[in-house]
Parts: sequence; C-alpha cells; structure tokens
Amino acid sequence: MTETVQKDAPFIEITGELCKGCKLCIDVCPKSVIAISEKLNGSSYHPAYYTGADCTGCALCFYACPEPAAIRVVKP
Amino acid sequence: MKIVEKSLSFYKEFERKSGPHKETTHYCPGCGHGNVHKMIAECMDDLGIRDRTVFVSPVGCSVFGYYYFDCGNIQAAHGRAPAVATGIKRANPDSIVISYQGDGDLAAIGTAETIHTANRGENITVFFVNNAIYGMTGGQMAPTTMIGQKTTTTPRGRMETVHGNPIRMAEIIATLPAASYVERVAIGNSKHIMKARKAIRKALENQVANKGYSFVEILSTCPTGWKMDGPDSRDWLIEEMTKVFPLGVLKDDADEREGDWYRPVKGFEPAKRDTYLGADIPDEVIEKVGLKQDLMCKFAGFGGQGILTLGLFWAQVGMRNGLHTSWIPSYGPEMRGGTANCSVNISEKRIGSPLVEKPNALVVMNQPSLELFEPDVIDGGTIIIDTSIVEGRPDTARLNAVLIPATEIADEVGTPKVANVVLLGALAAASGAFTIEQVEKTLRATIKKKNLIDMNMTALKRGWDHVKNGG
Repeated sequence: MTETVQKDAPFIEITGELCKGCKLCIDVCPKSVIAISEKLNGSSYHPAYYTGADCTGCALCFYACPEPAAIRVVKP
Repeated sequence: MKIVEKSLSFYKEFERKSGPHKETTHYCPGCGHGNVHKMIAECMDDLGIRDRTVFVSPVGCSVFGYYYFDCGNIQAAHGRAPAVATGIKRANPDSIVISYQGDGDLAAIGTAETIHTANRGENITVFFVNNAIYGMTGGQMAPTTMIGQKTTTTPRGRMETVHGNPIRMAEIIATLPAASYVERVAIGNSKHIMKARKAIRKALENQVANKGYSFVEILSTCPTGWKMDGPDSRDWLIEEMTKVFPLGVLKDDADEREGDWYRPVKGFEPAKRDTYLGADIPDEVIEKVGLKQDLMCKFAGFGGQGILTLGLFWAQVGMRNGLHTSWIPSYGPEMRGGTANCSVNISEKRIGSPLVEKPNALVVMNQPSLELFEPDVIDGGTIIIDTSIVEGRPDTARLNAVLIPATEIADEVGTPKVANVVLLGALAAASGAFTIEQVEKTLRATIKKKNLIDMNMTALKRGWDHVKNGG
C-alpha cells in the first residue's frame, strides 16, 4: 500500500482496503501514476494503488475520491 | 510539510458500516455524495465551526449524514430539512445549520419548505446535491431527471409532454429577494471540484457572518442509478447535465447583508416552561352549576352579525361554570354577508355529538334563519328573535317566544355590533340556568378588547332585563 520513494518527493498513500475501485482518481491524475490492482481487496473491489513515482502532490485524486479516508497526500 | 487527508470533522469510524472496514462510507463506488461530504467536512475544519454546526440529514441516500459528520446532527422527515433547519437556527442563532438534500428531497417532496425557507431568507446553508435521479429507492425519475433519461419509472426516457421538464431549482431560488447567495457547481472534473469547494466555503462563510440564506446546487452523479461506471458518469454529467443545468453564480447579494440575518432570541429557561405556555395560572375553583335539562342551542343569522361569537360566549358560560360544552360552526366562505349558524351543547354529562338537530333554544338574527330553523325547535322550546331585523314571528302556541329589538338596543348602548351580547343576556335570562353574575364574569374574562368591556356589560344587562322585567 504505502510506497517508499525518495526523500522530499511528494507521494500518496492509498489504503486499498478502503478503496471501492471507482477509478475516479486514475481519471484525474495528471501524471497517470495511479493504477488499478489485479488483486481483489476484502470488499471484492479491485483497488487503486500508487505506482510509486512522479507524484506531484497536487491532491486532485484526493478530491476526486469519494471516500474520506482512502487517499492521503503527503507533500514534504 | 503539507498533508491532505481525512478531515477531522468526520468521525474516526463510521458506526453504520458492518464488516471490518468502518472507515468507508455506505455509498456506491463513484458516488458523488462522498466528494461533497469531503468538501463540507474540510470546510468545517478550516472555518473551525465543527462544534457549533448542526447537520440536517434528509431522506435519500444521504440519510446517514449523521454517521459521518462529527458535529450536531438531526435527521428530518422527507423534504422537511429546511423547515427543521429553520427551527434549529432560530432557537440557536449561533449554530451553523446545514440542510443537506438531494433532488428528490429538495425539489419534489420538499419544494414548499425549500422555497419558503429561501423566501424568508433564513440564515442557513442549503447544499442541494442534484444527481437527476432517486437513488436510494432504486433509480426512479426525479424532478431533475433529464429529457430522454431512462429510469425505472421512465423506461423509454423522460418525455417533456408526459413528465414535464427537469426543474432548475437554483434559478427558481435566485428569483427570491431574500436569498443571499445562489450558485450551481458540479463535480464532473477537477476544475469543477475546486469551484465547488469554493462555493461550499462561501456558503458557510456567509452563514458565519450572518449574511443570510445560501443555496449551493451541486451537480453530482449516481453511477448505480445511471448504470455507468465512475468516470463515465462524470463524463455524462459534464456533457449532458451541464447543458440543462448551467454552472455559475446565479445570485450574490451576500456582501450587502452584513449581519442583517441574525435573529437573536431569548434563551429558553426550562423553569419558566409553564409561564411560556400560560399554564402557571392556578386553576380556578369552579362551582359546578346544576342544570334542569341539557341546553341544546342553535344560533343563526348573517355572517358578520356575531352569531358564531355569540355561540362561543354561550359555550364559555357553560364551560366556566363546570359544565360540558361543545360549539360547532357552520358557515360559507364569506367573511361578511353569507349565512352562518352554530350549535352549542351545554350539559352536565359528557357530550356525544356536537351537532344540534332538535334545539330547545334558538336565537335568530335574520329572516331566512327563522324560516329554516323554527320547525326544528322542539315543542315548548324557546325562540329568541331580534325583532330589529327579523320581520316574521314564531308560532307562540308551540314555542316560548322572546321578542327583543336587540340591534336597536345595541345601537343605543353604543354600536349595533353588540347586538349579539344583548341576545346573550336575553338567552341567559330565558334559560334560567345561570345568574347574571355568572354570565358577566365569563364575558369579562372572554372579551379580548378590555376597553370594550363596559359597553358589553351594559348590552348584556339590557338583554337580561328585557326578559326578566319586560324591558
């Protein structure tokens, strides 16, 4: 879930178990750094995940996501 | 370091959810409610108003608002959220009241509450989430459903000629002078969402500054009801909905209204409850009057003569002397000039029906009433006639007739308007059931305009004396 990236780079954390797989975050991400997992989560959804690099911390995915707690954006 | 994450205005866990993941909502994947919830919660955090916010949940998918927002919560009957919000805001002017409603709730069943709350300019914030469908009940047509849109109740698509057009609530609200701020936003793409955040913030800031009624319509999506996935539903919103529901500010007078909409109220003191209700006056000890027979009275005349009031006075006389009473009026829609009558029962026993079909006392103030009701009076009953107005005379072989020029007497006393009180005096005397003191006491307590009491007392006495002393 949480991807470790180089220090000082912005990143997002997607809690896969809270994701319903609606793909809205993928739709809005300007850098296309979010993808849908092949695996199902505990609620039988294919959750989104951060591909691990190039996030700008724009937080558009956060606001596009209908779930309150599924995405967390960190901009150091 | 900047972190964007779940707002503090949300509960940590959402109790409603079964299963292990209590941090997810009950909404379908891709539903717009979650986005709007997040924007409102974020704004509550930023404005620091969580502790004084009351969130009114509607009926619809968002009925469970109170499971999400960690603030004051109340859930209103379908469509009534703005009415409930009005009450909360007026009783607690320092609270921040949010009425969160969907299109079925706000634009169908709650249209009246919505429009009148806006028209009063209540200092509340309304968030109208319009997704063009009834989601919770399974995707039926809503007032905002688009022409051609297929729903379970419009399987061939909404047709203008059959179902009407999608209703534009924001435009309607914007026509009302008391509404301060009306804007329509959407959540179709990131640009929309950033504008919606601003509008939501402005609508809440307006309330904090007592700038009056704010209404934000948020075009949203229902992927399940629309039978689309998340991204497709957002596209459909942008391509179709925004054509019928154009985005933008429809009205913004908020800056001219600084502080105008604060309605201070005196705090409710529980100890004074009886005083508020007028229940702190000790019950009067009533001496119960005995009756020889039940009094079944009918009063009839033209509307405006005071016939119904006369009946009420008479019923009060019975009530204030410990008897069971009933009063029921019958009148046309005219305030003046139509015919009116009322029936009054006074009895020592409980009264079954308030109707009087066979009166033992009849008071008439016009000719048609004499003709209509005289045959109903039982043999040996009393009939009291205002001879100033009524030309006919009753059958004195069958009835005990009291002929009294009540309107002329009233005119002498001061105004013909008290003719009904002259007749009250006559009826009281003729019935033999009460003393004049008992009637006077009732009248004194019943008349609202205290400066008219003396005139009424004189009128009463004149009527009483006319019967007792023949003039």
